[in-house]
Amino acid sequence: MATLTPEVLDTEEPGSHEATGGLWSWITTVDHKRIGLMYGGTAMFFFLLGGIEALFIRLQLAVPDGTVLTSDQYNQLFTMHGTTMVFLVIMPLAAAFGNYLLPLMIGARDVAFPRMNAMSYWVFLFGGIFLSSSFFLGGFPDGGWFGYAPLSTQSEVIRMDFWAIGLLILGIASLAGAVNFTTTIFTMRAPGMSMFKMPVFVWMQLVVAFLLLFSLPVITVALFEVLFDRNFGTLFFDPAAGGDPILYQHLFWLFGHPEVYILILPSMGIISEVLPVFSRKPLFGYQFVVFAGAAIALLGFGVWSHHMFTSGLGPVAESAFSLTTMFIAVPTGIKIFNWIGTTWGGKISLKTPMLFSLGFIAMFTIGGLSGVTHAVVPADTQQTDTYYVVAHFHYVLFGGAMFGIFAGIYYWWPKISGRYLSETLGKWHFWLMLLGFNLTFAPQHWLGLQGMARRTAVYPPDIGLDTLNMVSTIGAFTIAVSMLPFLYAMFVNSRKGLAAPADAWDGRTLEWSISSPPPHHNFHEVPHVEAIDDFWHQKYGEDEEGRAVRIKTFPEPSRYTDEYIHLPSPSYYPIMLAAGLVLMAYGFVFAPLGIPLFVIGALVLFGGAFGWAQEDPDHPMGDHADHHADAHEGTETGDEAQAGADASGDVSSDDVSSEDVKTGEVEVAADESGGDDV
Amino acid sequence: MRLAPLGLLVVLLLSSCSDNLPRSTLNPVGENAQTIDDLFRLTLAIAAVFFVGVNGAVVYAAIRYRARKNDDTEPKQIHGNDTLEITWTVIPALILATIAVPTVRTIFELAEEPPNALQVEVIGHQWWWEYRYPELGVVTANELWIPTDQPVFLSMTTDDEDVIHSFWIPNLNGKRDVVPGRVNTLTVSAPEPGVYLGQCAEFCGLSHSQMRMTVHAAEPADFDAWVDQQLAPGDVDENSAGWGLFLDKGCSACHAIGGTTAEGGGLNPGPDLTHIGSRSTFAGASFELTTENLKAWLRNPSDLKPMRPDSNRGMPNLGLNEDEIDTLVAFLQDLK
Amino acid sequence: MSSETAVHGPIGTDGADIRKTAMWAFLGSECLFFGSFIATFLLYSDETNGGPGTELFDIPFTSVSSFVLLMSSLTMVLAHNAYEREDKRQMRIWLVATALLGTVFLGGQVFEFTTFYAEGLRMDISPFGSAFFVLTGFHGAHVAIGVIMLTSMVIMSRRGNLHSHRGMNVELVGLYWHFVDIVWIVIFTVVYLLQV
Repeated sequence: MATLTPEVLDTEEPGSHEATGGLWSWITTVDHKRIGLMYGGTAMFFFLLGGIEALFIRLQLAVPDGTVLTSDQYNQLFTMHGTTMVFLVIMPLAAAFGNYLLPLMIGARDVAFPRMNAMSYWVFLFGGIFLSSSFFLGGFPDGGWFGYAPLSTQSEVIRMDFWAIGLLILGIASLAGAVNFTTTIFTMRAPGMSMFKMPVFVWMQLVVAFLLLFSLPVITVALFEVLFDRNFGTLFFDPAAGGDPILYQHLFWLFGHPEVYILILPSMGIISEVLPVFSRKPLFGYQFVVFAGAAIALLGFGVWSHHMFTSGLGPVAESAFSLTTMFIAVPTGIKIFNWIGTTWGGKISLKTPMLFSLGFIAMFTIGGLSGVTHAVVPADTQQTDTYYVVAHFHYVLFGGAMFGIFAGIYYWWPKISGRYLSETLGKWHFWLMLLGFNLTFAPQHWLGLQGMARRTAVYPPDIGLDTLNMVSTIGAFTIAVSMLPFLYAMFVNSRKGLAAPADAWDGRTLEWSISSPPPHHNFHEVPHVEAIDDFWHQKYGEDEEGRAVRIKTFPEPSRYTDEYIHLPSPSYYPIMLAAGLVLMAYGFVFAPLGIPLFVIGALVLFGGAFGWAQEDPDHPMGDHADHHADAHEGTETGDEAQAGADASGDVSSDDVSSEDVKTGEVEVAADESGGDDV
Repeated sequence: MRLAPLGLLVVLLLSSCSDNLPRSTLNPVGENAQTIDDLFRLTLAIAAVFFVGVNGAVVYAAIRYRARKNDDTEPKQIHGNDTLEITWTVIPALILATIAVPTVRTIFELAEEPPNALQVEVIGHQWWWEYRYPELGVVTANELWIPTDQPVFLSMTTDDEDVIHSFWIPNLNGKRDVVPGRVNTLTVSAPEPGVYLGQCAEFCGLSHSQMRMTVHAAEPADFDAWVDQQLAPGDVDENSAGWGLFLDKGCSACHAIGGTTAEGGGLNPGPDLTHIGSRSTFAGASFELTTENLKAWLRNPSDLKPMRPDSNRGMPNLGLNEDEIDTLVAFLQDLK
Repeated sequence: MSSETAVHGPIGTDGADIRKTAMWAFLGSECLFFGSFIATFLLYSDETNGGPGTELFDIPFTSVSSFVLLMSSLTMVLAHNAYEREDKRQMRIWLVATALLGTVFLGGQVFEFTTFYAEGLRMDISPFGSAFFVLTGFHGAHVAIGVIMLTSMVIMSRRGNLHSHRGMNVELVGLYWHFVDIVWIVIFTVVYLLQV
């Protein structure tokens, strides 16, 4: 919520029955745009938190034998820095963009399951709070973000229980989100939008949803096994009884490597939208970019053991995983070449979103190339678990994923708020961040090669690590400084920013065809799609030389419509369910004392689920009756007419909180007939 | 501006080459480290070509195709080019194949056990290293001695109650994890005499950063002399105050001294101290073995290197007074 | 239009029931969940740590309880069939039958677990024990959740507020139930039959 501005809050339609203001309306919202904003705001808050953790780490490492932190504190901070940035920042930021944009880009009025969507957010928020609250309850987890057994199963203190349960909770949020996005993309695209007319961003979200579906259960199993070893005396990872710690590594990385693509693919989708708009050319080789994304995902399940090249797999397995890892560079390269092809011969406008996108290509390429050196197993035995690897994945996840996310924020902010973010501040942000980023992480390549191991709280003087560590620390603080213009632009300057029209950048995709900020119901009329980048092709044709020619100009669309459009009812059951879950988690961690809390949590959880199942979307919250319509109806025909029919039937009987997405007309009819009561 | 930090780094890299880099992978001494370094430099050279090509193209495009003022023409709408797509799929694949061949060959080469290797068993403990030379009967800690004329084959594991460590001497070879319940192997060799530094490379808990080690490569004659010295029993006067304290304060419960009743071991084994006075470092090769350092250590070990003696991990605070500390330190330093 | 929609529930732009798409996605994910536990079990099938191993398995007994669970898939099909015919009474009967068969299976599992514990196979005695109990236990939890869903279907139907086109319906619960059955067939084969 941190990024909300008054403009964003102002989504009221005149005469609408939606309660728009106030905390309660946010707590009970099922609107994908609001959920997206809450995801984004929460994740940015955690980004600052994870960044502060990183600054402490860099302070400690600025000089040899650092004394800023104890080893114990250092171990907690690097564990939480990794866990926070992966699970509480980049994954939810991708979910934020997916939530806000998927329905807008495919021409839908919401995601498939709006209440489940709200539940995902609340479970994520509470899971993040749960994980972070460990700081006050005995210390942050201290076994690394990867939680290798048997280190994670041995320690008597509850820190790693917080870690394992926290990740299980966040996994529920991600899994529900993945089911939701998969269903939304498969079933709710506007008429005419075949799979190969979807924006690349939507494609990448689909690929990510699949990766989540098939990788999350594997880490879930690993976490359960750790948790059971810790709390119920099982012996999964106890070598004395014949348990094998390497099993944990296989399970973790069978999730962990697809996870890398889960983190990077959404940003690849973002820059695949930004580059064409600011080059005024279509994406070069659309199908190849899409196929490359899918290929990366598939191959991503066959490379996990390259995280374990030093664990003693034997030369045959090492060779096999070396080859698959090298091979995955091919589709990655295809994407990079196509992005460059997109800019080639264009009319490039170096606005902030474009700068971050070009920065993405440049920085991600460095991370990709150092990744190839990891595929060379013998070289990897020198590099793994050193700062060379730290440098590598920060080039991928910061220079890559985060740069893409910033590109997305600057690109879609006018759509979200109706105002541009300041270009001046944006450019300061970009150049300072690029400088700080390279100052921080480029030296770490050399630090690693010169023998600096990861996760070490102190390093000795006189072995050639002093200077570069100091440079790296200065870089980290430069990154911190670079966040200031961004935060200023978001919180202060955005209120007086330049007003943005609906089509803020002369865009290509459907979200630019509707007002900025978008109507609560997204589309007055569900669009019919005929081409990739349909909105662009409505505006532009091509002359005989193949140059774009303006053929149509649209009037500024209104945010409001006289039609009554049914939207889903707000609901407090999602947050109730999420709260029950996290209470159970606290109860479990503090068992046996916590058992009453566990029971209370279970009751709240079941109460929430029960209420959810009974809730009627056509009546005020709390009324009995059946399950809410996650329903939506075929949109091919006569939306307006149906909406009109709804309006006559519903407005009178509904109170403020009653809406239903997707015209809801069918449910009403069905309810009245009673024919579906079985 | 974009390339400025990179330029700066190249300068730093070049300048650092002249520094003393006893833990650097870029300074290979061992045969395997040399093989790895050659392969890495080949890969790096190819990667550098792509780096220059891709990032050069990005910068070039951003400048060359930047929209100019007063130019309202639209660009050609190019949707793709299949020939180009095939080209930039096949060529990188071929280049990767040229890296893959030597990679696979080297993987198998490095996995082989050299003939006539000196056998050493490495046991990782939280947070120090134990070395056993089964053919020679030597047991020592943290400082691994090897001859310059013979490769050394390490068979590495940990106690069942311990965690995963990783043995890494960057000058001599890549790292290899040391996993409870498994035996992993690694070959190290150092044709030149010298001291090479290492660091546990798998996060192993509280004092992971101070789980270091050194390799002392010695000329064959020096190595043999070292072995002879190690085989001698501990030089202990059983009537001395130091020995009395060693027994009274419970040191012998964890630490062994060869040729005495102190057999060490137990739930929380500590390094063999038979010849501690002849070592140059202690506590996971983290501190120079000086009188002052030893005294500070005995005052409270966790002040120097945090440990969890309550969980049988590391050395407890023995609550010694200064006289006792002086006596014990003198006793230990006499164990040459 | 409304009667078709009533049976098939909320549909997407292309006419598919969106909840079925979601359920398939979820079940796909579940495959990897059970797959990982089964892989763990296979790795540890000989790691008995001196304790009892597969010799404790009573194949005839487990075959009977597996048969019971398989039969519940049949009754589930009959329940779904009645639901398609909008025959509420028949549907409730078969739903109850399915839930009962599921409960009998769970009872068999409780009996089996108790016997094993009495004979010294515990989850804290060996990796084999850990893998066995956690795998079959999680499967049992899935069956239990299925029984709860079946029971609430029956109750909601009796109270007249089981709306086919919203939330869970008989078809979705059926999908879930059949999946849990199939997983058991795999577990029974891999964990029991192939190990003795």
